[in-house]
Order: sequence, then C-alpha cells, then structure tokens
Amino acid sequence: MSENSTALKKTPLHAEHIRMGGKLIGFGGWDMPVQYSGIIDEHNAVRSALGVFDISHMGQFFVEGAGSASWLNRMLTNNVERLGIGQGQYTLMLNEQGGVIDDLLIYRICDDDWLLVVNASMIDEDFAWLRSHLPADVTLTNRSDEFAGLAVQGPKAAAWFETFVGGKCQAPTRNQIVRLDMGGGQMFIARTGYTGEDGFELFCPAAAAVQLWSDVLATGAAFGIKPCGLGARDTLRLEMCYPLNGNDLSPSITPIEAGLGFFVDLKKPDFIGRAVLASQKENGPARKLAAFKMQGPTPPPRSHYGVWKDGAQVGETCSGGLSPTLGCGIGMAYLPAASSAPGTTIEIDIRGRRFPAVVEKKPLRKAGA
Amino acid sequence: MNVPEDLRYAESHEWLRADGTVGITDHAQHELTDVVFVDLPEIGKAVEAGQVACVVESVKAASDIYAPVSGKVVAVNEAVRSNPALVNTDPYGEGWLFKLEPSDASARERLKSPADYKAQIG
Repeated sequence: MSENSTALKKTPLHAEHIRMGGKLIGFGGWDMPVQYSGIIDEHNAVRSALGVFDISHMGQFFVEGAGSASWLNRMLTNNVERLGIGQGQYTLMLNEQGGVIDDLLIYRICDDDWLLVVNASMIDEDFAWLRSHLPADVTLTNRSDEFAGLAVQGPKAAAWFETFVGGKCQAPTRNQIVRLDMGGGQMFIARTGYTGEDGFELFCPAAAAVQLWSDVLATGAAFGIKPCGLGARDTLRLEMCYPLNGNDLSPSITPIEAGLGFFVDLKKPDFIGRAVLASQKENGPARKLAAFKMQGPTPPPRSHYGVWKDGAQVGETCSGGLSPTLGCGIGMAYLPAASSAPGTTIEIDIRGRRFPAVVEKKPLRKAGA
Repeated sequence: MNVPEDLRYAESHEWLRADGTVGITDHAQHELTDVVFVDLPEIGKAVEAGQVACVVESVKAASDIYAPVSGKVVAVNEAVRSNPALVNTDPYGEGWLFKLEPSDASARERLKSPADYKAQIG
C-alpha cells in the first residue's frame, strides 16, 4: 500500500466493502476496493454477465447560467452545443499549452444546466481551474460529497435495468442521462461506462448509497452480478485502450497525441489549448499513444517500463497489465509517430530483460471477442 | 489463514521447509491476488538472506520475493512457470518456488515460528 490509509477519504460504501470482503487500497486519495473475489474473476463477470463498481469517489460539478454553453465550450475540447437535453459526451479540459488537465463526461440536464463527472484525484484541481475562469453569468458548484455513484456494467446490463427500475423510467440510450426521483432526492442514471460493455452509471444522494448498493446486488443476482474493484476496472479499460488520467494523460500530453482527436472540435469557437492542437493536427503529432500486445509468455508490462526498437529506447509504457480476455500482457506507450503504426515490432524492458511486443490497432479487445 | 506447523517463516511472507524448499505464504498469495507470472531464479545462483531471489507478478503488481536464508538455488519449480495460479491454489504444495541449499544449517532456526508468524499477520 503506497498511500497512508489514515489520510484516505472513504466513500459512503466503505463499510459495505469491508463487510463484503473487499480488499482495500489507496487510490487517488481514496480508500477503495481493489478486488472482491479476484481481479480476473470480476473482469470475466463484466465481460460475460454483470458487475457493479463503487464510483462514489468521482466528482460531480454542476454548471448553470445563461452563459454556460459558450463558457463550457471555451473550457472543454468537445462541442457542448451538439448535446440535446439529456445527452452527454466525453470531453477534455486542457491547459494553455494544450496539455490535459482532466478527461470527463458532461451531460446537458436542461438548456443551461450541466453535470460534469470528473476524476476523483482531480476534483480540487479541476474545480480551482474552472473557478478561476468563471464569468459572472455562470455558476459552478462542486457537489462531489453529496453524491455516491455505482457503475453497473456488462452484457446483461439492459436486462438488469428493466428489473431494477420496474417500469418507473425508460432506459436511457447510449450517452443519455435520465433523472429518477427517489425517497431521499434525485438519482441520475447515465448509459455509459469505462469497461467497453453496455452499462449504467447511477449517481444518488450519499445517504441513499448503501440502500442502492444492496438493491443493485439484489436485482442483479439473477443476472450473475459480482461486486468489482478497481483492479478489474483497470484491466477492463486497458483492453479497450481507454486512457487513465495520471497514467496515459498528463498536463504535458495533448489529446491529439493521445489519439483522442475525435473528442476535439477544432471548428467551434476558440477554446483553451486550441492553437497547439490545431498545429499538431495539421502537421501530425511527433509522438502518439500506441497500444501493444506482448508476444509469448512474458511478465505483464507495467507503467514506466522502457520501450525499445532496433536496439534503442524509443519510449516508456504508461499503462500495462495482463489482459484476462486476451490471455497475454498488454499496454500503452507514447512512441515516435514513425514507430507507432500497427504491426511495428517493439521490445519492452522488464527488469533488465527485453521481451518482444507488437503495436496493435486500438482497441485491443475487439467487439464480441 | 493457513500457517502450517512444520514450516518456518520470514517476516516478508516466505516459508522455508526443512529440506530447503521456499514458497510464499497463504496470507501473501491472498494479498498479492491472482498470480499470473513467476520469474524464477537460475539454478546455481547464490542468494543472501533478505535479498530478492525471484519476482511474482499478480494482475495488480510485480512483487519481490526474498530468500529467507542465504544459500545456493538447487532447484526451481518449473510447474509454476506454465501454471502460475498454483501459487494461489496451493502455496505450500504445488505452488512452491525454489529450493535452497542453505550455507548455514542453523539459519532456519532464526526464522519465525508458525505462532510468531500468525501473530505478525494477525
């Protein structure tokens, strides 16, 4: 355990995780379950049936006001004007150099009423950055502590949802968000996730979290639901090549280099970091985030391992691990553009020995695999 | 947690049998989670007590395994190379890691007794 457990924050489900045998570790300042039954077992449950994750550590900001759309379009890379009411999108918040402060999801709740879901470790920094750029006609509220969150993910998610809501509301479609009245307040339900499977993210008042957790597990039992930890969350997202801020994204990396150009609208009015991105898009970035697969039985790659090509080091891994679905080591690394094409043979330095790997097209886990 | 009575234990969670066989404890395999790769030492390698002798990789992380006593590696468990999960399913049996020829026969006695190791892991 690298983080001091006494200083760690606890989600409203902390006691539930301990009661149910979850193994806790420090992550981004939070004491979170890394696993329950085992990372591979939980990973397979999400790929084949259903899993539930505590995502209460994530942050919720609310933005309101007449000038909110144009301000958000200045602060974020994607175009919020494309969102109808109840729709959401993946987007990035950049510094003036085009580097990534955070990646997040934004939902349009009403015309000028928005919900931003940000990374747990970045809540304070994101909030400070946004507030320092806030115009007079927009209000920004950090309500992260008021909300708990659950991600219910897997191919059985749609069938589970029907049982769970019992006709009280229609399932949102991909990237949509709906509001459901509960006894203790409102719950937001979004059709999204970080696993590559169908699924929902539920955000409820913190005081209702334990009840929701138990309701989800009870209604999910018929679908083979398993409580899952951050370990499986990481292997699931890595197979899909979804970036993790802090590993694959940082203030010195742009979304163009990270292969996230799809979530950058260079045609909308100016936004923070735009000039650097426009130039990179036109000239091609010097380095690109590449995904790779180890060849043969090798130790799993981890972050900060050297990447070699033709006898010289060309980069460093930013994420890595064993893919339970593919049964081999996988990872991602920023590589010179010329060495980042699928099919390129590279080597990963693991404790002083170099093991062969091949750059692959993203995502590493293909649909239906 | 299973702590067999016929073994001695290092504070860093390795066990040592009277014949020099070394593995990791039930507690350690539980903490490490699913073991997916074992980097075994070379036969003939001299190891010092408390120094890294091999590496066990779980899905989560790579963990150093220390030699509980000084000596020479005389055998390694080839079975865990092809089936690393043996370390989880049978840590005191099929999941053993390597066998040492201790340079000091009495060193084993200085390791923890089962009772002391049980007290350590609570």
